[in-house]
Amino acid sequence: MNASNLLPDVTRRGFLAGAGALVVCFAIPAEAQEGEVPSAPGAQTAKPKLPGSLADTPSLDAWIRIDADGSITVFTGKAELGQGTKTSLRQIAAEELEVEPASIRLITADTALTPNEGYTAGSQTIQNSGTAIRYASAQVRQILVAKASEKLGAPVEALKAEAGAILGPNGAKASYGELVSADVLHVDAAADTKLKPPTAYRAIGKPFARVDIPAKVTGGEAYVQDMRPPGMVHARVVRPPSYGAKLTDFADASVKAMPGVIAVVRDGDFLAVIAEQEFQAVRAMRAMAGVAKWQEQPGLPDQYDLPAFLEKSVSEIGTVTSVGADSVPGARTLKAQFTRAYQMHASIGPSSAVAMLDNGLTTVWTHTQGVYPDRKAIAQMLGVPEEKVRCIHTEGSGCYGHNGADDAAADAALIAQKVAGKPVRVQWMRDQEHLWEPYGPAMLTRASATLDQNGNIVSWHYDLWSNSHGTRPGSAGSLIAGRLMARHFPPDPAKLQISPLGNGDRNAIPLYDVPNLRVNWHFIADMPVRVSSLRGLGAYSNVFSIESFMDELALAANADPVEYRLRHLKDPRAKKVIEVAAQKFGWSKDALPEGRGRGFAFAKYKNHAAYLAIALQADVDSDSGTIMVSRVVAAVDCGEAVAPDSIVNQTEGGILQSMSWTLYEAVHFDSTRISSPDWSTYPILRFSTVPDSIEVQVVDNPGTPYLGVAEAAQGPTAGAIANAFRSATGKRIYDLPYTRERVKDALGV
Amino acid sequence: MLKLNVNGTSHDVDVDPATPLLYVLRNDLKLNGAKFGCGLGQCGACTVMVDGKAVFSCLTPAMLVEGREIKTVEGLGTIDAPGPMQKAFIEQQAAQCGYCIAGMMMRAQALLEAKPDAADADIRQALEPNLCRCGTHMRILRAVARARDLMQGKSADNMAPAAATGRG
Repeated sequence: MNASNLLPDVTRRGFLAGAGALVVCFAIPAEAQEGEVPSAPGAQTAKPKLPGSLADTPSLDAWIRIDADGSITVFTGKAELGQGTKTSLRQIAAEELEVEPASIRLITADTALTPNEGYTAGSQTIQNSGTAIRYASAQVRQILVAKASEKLGAPVEALKAEAGAILGPNGAKASYGELVSADVLHVDAAADTKLKPPTAYRAIGKPFARVDIPAKVTGGEAYVQDMRPPGMVHARVVRPPSYGAKLTDFADASVKAMPGVIAVVRDGDFLAVIAEQEFQAVRAMRAMAGVAKWQEQPGLPDQYDLPAFLEKSVSEIGTVTSVGADSVPGARTLKAQFTRAYQMHASIGPSSAVAMLDNGLTTVWTHTQGVYPDRKAIAQMLGVPEEKVRCIHTEGSGCYGHNGADDAAADAALIAQKVAGKPVRVQWMRDQEHLWEPYGPAMLTRASATLDQNGNIVSWHYDLWSNSHGTRPGSAGSLIAGRLMARHFPPDPAKLQISPLGNGDRNAIPLYDVPNLRVNWHFIADMPVRVSSLRGLGAYSNVFSIESFMDELALAANADPVEYRLRHLKDPRAKKVIEVAAQKFGWSKDALPEGRGRGFAFAKYKNHAAYLAIALQADVDSDSGTIMVSRVVAAVDCGEAVAPDSIVNQTEGGILQSMSWTLYEAVHFDSTRISSPDWSTYPILRFSTVPDSIEVQVVDNPGTPYLGVAEAAQGPTAGAIANAFRSATGKRIYDLPYTRERVKDALGV
Repeated sequence: MLKLNVNGTSHDVDVDPATPLLYVLRNDLKLNGAKFGCGLGQCGACTVMVDGKAVFSCLTPAMLVEGREIKTVEGLGTIDAPGPMQKAFIEQQAAQCGYCIAGMMMRAQALLEAKPDAADADIRQALEPNLCRCGTHMRILRAVARARDLMQGKSADNMAPAAATGRG
């Protein structure tokens, strides 16, 4: 089967139909990893670091291809997850190439075609891939201008790029297609490429409708779930009832006799069924679950006493930062402890993948965030070289981090080995996603601060207890199928790593100006509950804690919370978003009606990405224990705003998702089993409690570097809700989520 | 063999009559609009209209809807000629990942067909069974209100439709 039959979107429109021309001459370093900068071959002297992901993949033709007919293709190693990057990356390329965004074909994460940009995570698509594409596009334009200068016999100063051609004096014109030759773009990026000035922008910062929405609202093929390649068969997996359960008996004869069943797959504790039709697979899956007997092991912590579990499980303590003196005298010292439950990604569409083994090559269509790392883990699981696996990103339901995507891809790859030549579609059921996705880890944090006579912070100690927030592939042992299969690949050991990117310690260092500072991560290697990256990682818990604590300090200092934050900040951009949010909200000290409160919070995501300040109003009903957030205003500065409406969309989404985590969400479990298999046992935000209004102000800084924004709202929203509750009731809740029971307990109802 | 009337066309489908309508729509009729979300009637991603009412297609056996009028998001218009509900969602850019959106649109369509002048509060109440995880709720509410206005023939003067850039 020709793979082009299976490729959605751009490729469907004939991109690969001209056969393999693309699979040549891409200078993609095999070992390039996100965040690492390989030194140039043979380089004797240090070169300036190239911008964005060009540092890992410097060759221009890895990013941009121009064909003889003038058509332009842009390649990104990042994936569209619903952030709108299929649109914004086109805008960036179009800006420097002087063409319409719509004329550009964009190929996203595919191990056979695109650069390896690691994971689409950490709000880094525009920051890393966008920056790379921007510089590469600008340099390509300059190369084309130089070529045109030769061809037209005119100086470069007399030439300009416009609509896919270089124009010269007296109507002289050379199209991009005429100017490119075989390897004209097979050159490394230059570090000093000049970009267009913001005053000349035609695409960046301008309103462009998202390219993916029309298909999504008209029933077009938009997701991996929608793929129906010829000959496709349907598979379902059967999972153990709990982590670590062993299959003791499996009498599958009755299942094999069921209508439509093609094969029952058993590999150790890994079970799956392949059937002709989807509902036949579902029925067989249910029958298999009935005949599979498992031996289970208890081993989960007490969900009602997570702080005790976290404190007793520490394997190592890491210093996140240590500045100034350990202990300083002051007028007053305050302390507080905060907790956060295990929480889910809880994608609306359970994970899915399509895989096919053909001529020794296993191709996997997957909504993974990292096609290259996933390929490596899957190849190890299958016991084949990496080049025998190709992973192609295909959109799925929003993931918000490491959900079941990689595991579903591994399931499909493993099952596909049993029916060579047939595309196999795996669709997880709702309970499989809820029970088996890796959750955002439970956390415990403790803050202590000393204030001087004026109420200013002179010392700040902060300790956090947490697992790693990163168990992505990884080895085959990071995949559920890899662990369950007879070879039983072990999980990768968790390691304490403290880096500027942050993990459990993300945003653990307050941006506030504190002369004496101690921050420690009490690291827990043992992971009885499966955990990994959930949008924002530790930033959600840390910013909730820091911002709650800042309000307590402000109260102790008899200061307004907004003024108190401003007086502890030097960074003018931080101050600016706080001022904009406060002003647009109408922040004041005016008394509010009984049960109503206002709350404020701020963070600079990762301390090096977007600035976000938020103010909100909430009403607390003490009888029912419900909190209704009615009005929200946020101000965000993510540097140069490429696609302002997508920034607003992502920020609104972050606010609402964080509101849902904060008000409702906790994974439940007993000593053996997770007991949150569906939406009734893991409720999330519904329309009835959505605020009346959310206003997002984008503070644009044209010409400045892109700062990742998609996760910036997670922490501040929780802090602002906490502070609004405090303002409304005079009480503080220290434990997430703010369930009705906790609200009533806090109010003594 | 079941005879199903979907988006105004009659189809003969050879399936086990107990098969949920969702699987018949997606696999036998190759319609992508209705999505599998939970299979439990808890999230609304699979919502379609049957005789004008919003139903969970994941819970509805195909045999129960024989001879009834089934409508999916594909029945509201096409990518080249979107209907008012679709136009409104595009205009408002009311999607992030978009996975829940077709279900939202069908529930909203059922509301507006039954109550063309639905108030904003009615829209919010009607959408309660449908979950969105990206947090696109504000835009979804705006898009449905906009669809109501479009269906009532109100003009688009206060809207700022963004320039289309293509299809993906």
